[in-house]
Amino acid sequence: MARTSADGGTAVHEASLPTIPSSPDAESLAWIDALSGAGQQRQEAIERLHALLLRASRFEIARRQRAFGDNGSGALEDLATQAAADAVMAILNKLHTYRGDSRFTTWAYKFALLEAAVKVRRRAWQDREVPLQQDGWAQLADRSAAPDADAETAELLGAVRRAIADGLTPHQRAVLVAITLNDVPIDVLAERLSTTRGALYKTLHDGRKKLRARLAADGYVLDHLWEGGTP
Amino acid sequence: MSDTGRPPLADVLGGLLGPAGPELTCDQCFEQLDRYVELELSGSDADAAVPGMKAHLEGCPACGEDHDSLRALVEDRPSAG
Repeated sequence: MARTSADGGTAVHEASLPTIPSSPDAESLAWIDALSGAGQQRQEAIERLHALLLRASRFEIARRQRAFGDNGSGALEDLATQAAADAVMAILNKLHTYRGDSRFTTWAYKFALLEAAVKVRRRAWQDREVPLQQDGWAQLADRSAAPDADAETAELLGAVRRAIADGLTPHQRAVLVAITLNDVPIDVLAERLSTTRGALYKTLHDGRKKLRARLAADGYVLDHLWEGGTP
Repeated sequence: MSDTGRPPLADVLGGLLGPAGPELTCDQCFEQLDRYVELELSGSDADAAVPGMKAHLEGCPACGEDHDSLRALVEDRPSAG
């Protein structure tokens, strides 16, 4: 998957990134030289890269194996092989963007992990209907009346529910509920809605921002939710 | 998870409302992820070096998982290559 193009340039753009000087280590430079070269040396480097990424893909799939109902080892190995091959292609296409901010192997790993993770998420959901609203919406209503909800939390949940119903567009509401209440992976939802992960996250971000603004305007103090850095 | 197998209410609210501060996009997160993980593992202040990353990892479940995987892999294979 070509991540940058897949996200279609949609951006949240609320944080700015500093530019730092880069200085690739010798091993990383050797990787770049070999992969940028020609002939047998390049071919051998590509084969080493593929082997490296296959190990990374297997690592990722092993971490996520519980997501599979069938635990079919042959199918999982096929996924790992496919993820490694796709990652090699992505890396060769983006080699010119490697700036040496990390070791080359760390930079390369992230492509294999992304390819493997997306494939695993999609496979885990391939025969499942994606619940866009119903399940999570009912759950939210139930939770405000649940025994573990104190009065203040129950009131806040009710306010959140009203804000979701009244303040969000139908698309924002569907994305928010699917991802945050129904635990639909964002890659799976993006595929089903024929959009991109970046575009969906932008929708989610904008919806959340609206909710926080609405609750603040209604006098709810939310700071305690983010105490300690995690909401 | 709570005793009922459901996520705690604070987590439900946190997921709905998302991180409060500025955050990176998914694309920016992917671009910076390798650097961020190496800074974390070296004991450097990764959050100061890559502002907005922590908030995004908390707000985006998929990017959060990708971060955890890369960190685990680099820890597992520190000198691979």
